[in-house]
Amino acid sequence: MRKYSVFAVAREAMRGHRGWEAQWTSPEPRKAYDVIIIGAGGHGLGTAYYLAKEHGITNIAVLEKGWLGGGNTGRNTTIIRSNYLYDESAGIYDHALKMWDGLSQDLNYNVMYSARGVMMLSHNIHDQQVFKRHIHANRLNGIDNEWLTPEQAQEFCPPLDISRSARYPINGAALQRRGGTARHDAVAWGYARAAADRGVHIIQNCEVTGIRRNPDGSVAGVDTNRGQINAKKVGVVAAGHTSVLMEMAGVRMPLVSYPLQALVSEPVKPIFPCVVMSNTVHAYISQSDKGELVIGAGTDQYSSYSQTGGLQIITHTLDAICELFPIFRRMKMMRSWGGIVDVTPDRSPILAKTPVQGLYVNCGWGTGGFKATPGSANVFAHTIANDAPHKINAPFTLERFRSGRLIDEAAAAAVAH
Amino acid sequence: MLLIYCPYCEEERSELEFRQAGDAHIARPRNMTEMSDADFEAFFFLRDNVKGLTFERWRHLNGCGRFFNAARDTVSDKFLTTYKAGLPRPDISALRPAASSPVGTAPVETYEATEADAK
Repeated sequence: MRKYSVFAVAREAMRGHRGWEAQWTSPEPRKAYDVIIIGAGGHGLGTAYYLAKEHGITNIAVLEKGWLGGGNTGRNTTIIRSNYLYDESAGIYDHALKMWDGLSQDLNYNVMYSARGVMMLSHNIHDQQVFKRHIHANRLNGIDNEWLTPEQAQEFCPPLDISRSARYPINGAALQRRGGTARHDAVAWGYARAAADRGVHIIQNCEVTGIRRNPDGSVAGVDTNRGQINAKKVGVVAAGHTSVLMEMAGVRMPLVSYPLQALVSEPVKPIFPCVVMSNTVHAYISQSDKGELVIGAGTDQYSSYSQTGGLQIITHTLDAICELFPIFRRMKMMRSWGGIVDVTPDRSPILAKTPVQGLYVNCGWGTGGFKATPGSANVFAHTIANDAPHKINAPFTLERFRSGRLIDEAAAAAVAH
Repeated sequence: MLLIYCPYCEEERSELEFRQAGDAHIARPRNMTEMSDADFEAFFFLRDNVKGLTFERWRHLNGCGRFFNAARDTVSDKFLTTYKAGLPRPDISALRPAASSPVGTAPVETYEATEADAK
C-alpha cells in the first residue's frame, strides 16, 4: 500500500494523478479462512483490521451482501460522544472516543474526526436533574462533561434561540467538548484499505445464506451466494439483520429491528459550530464540512426491515429544529434515508460469544453505534482472537438477559429512545 | 404513511392512531414466579424479529383503544390482513396473489426492486 501524504499529493499532482492505486482489492473468495466476519460496515471492517494488526490473524474474509459501508455506517448522523451513565457504558464508549483521537494517523486515512463538542439541551427540571447526574457520573469515570447556563449554551452555539418566549425554552445544557463528528464513509473506507493492506479479503455482493455446523455443534463455515466458505470462527456484525443471521445458527436474539431516519439540508456556508441534541423535543443537528445540516430523527414506532420510514417522523424532528433554531426555518431539505437498527431491551450492545462454539456476535448498537466503531471493533477482535472477551466488553454478554445483569441505558441514556 | 384497517371500527385509519404491541398468537405464561430463568428470558427478552411475514398485535390506541391482530410483511410494511383478537391465524396463501411463491422462498421485495418497477 502506498502511503498517503502531502508528498504523495504533490507527486501525483505532477503526474496528472495517474499513480493512485485502488484502496482495496476485490478477490475471489478462498475455500477457507481462519476467521469470517459477516458485515462490511465500520464495526466489521474494523474488527478485521484489529485482528490483523493486534492479533496477527490475517487470513480473514469480510463478507458483505451489499456494498462496503452501505448499511448504517453510511446512513447515520456521525455523532461521537461518550457521556453515558453507567460504568460499563462509559468504559466501552470512552475506549472508542480515545481511539477516534489518532485514528486518522493509525489508518493513514483522514476520517475527519472533529471534536467540535456535543451539547445536549435541557428544557425542564427533569432534564436538568438527569443531565447533572450524568455529568457527575461521567466525571467520576474521567469523562469530560460540563453544565452550561442558557447564555453559555448560546455562546457556544450562536443560532440557538434561548428567549423566554421560545416554544421550547432552555434552562441549560450539558456539553461534552471531546464529542463531535467524523466522516462516516471515510471510516469504512479507511478500515477497508488498512485491512486489505494486511491481507484481509473484502468480498462484496456476497450474501450469507446459511451457517454451517460441525457434528459437535461448533461452527464449520458459511453458505453464501458465491459458494461455501469454511472457517472455525465466524463473527456476525450485521446490525439490523443480526436476528436473520443468528436464526441460521438457531440462536434467538433479544433484538427488534426498527427503521431510523436521517436527512440533510441544502449546503450552506459554515453556520453551525457544534453538535446539538435535544432529547425532550427529539432533534439532533450538526453541519457537515460540505455545508449540509445533518439532522437525525427518531425510530419508527413499529419494527420493520424496510430501510425507509414514516414521513411524520422526520417532519416531527424538523418541527423541533425550526423552533430551536428559527434561523433554519426556510432551509430546504435535500435527501432523507433510513437504516435498520437493532435495538436490545436495555439499549446496550451485545459483544460476546454465543451458545454456538466459534460463533461471535457484535450487535444491539441500536440508534447509536457509529460513535463506538473503533472501540467496538477493537474489543470484538480481542474476543474472537482469544475466544474470551476483553475486560471492556465482558459485561456486554448475551447471557445478561438470562441473569438479569442488564446495563439499563434505556431509562438512563443521555439519548431519547 | 400507512393506512391500517381496524377490524373493530371497520375502517381504514392513519397509522398515527395505532401502536404495534408485540407478537400475536403467543402463549403468555401464567406461572411467572415459577419459571426458570431460561424460560423467562425466552418469553420476555428474546424475539423472532422476522424479516418477511409476521403475525403481530396492534392497538388502535387513539381510536377505539382495542387490541387486534395483523399479518404484515416487515420488508414492504404491507398489511396483508387485520383481524379481531382471539381469531385463529388466517390462511395467508389465500390473501397473497396466486403467482407469488410461499413465504420465505419469495424474492425479497426491496426498496430498490419496487423503485425499479416504478420506472
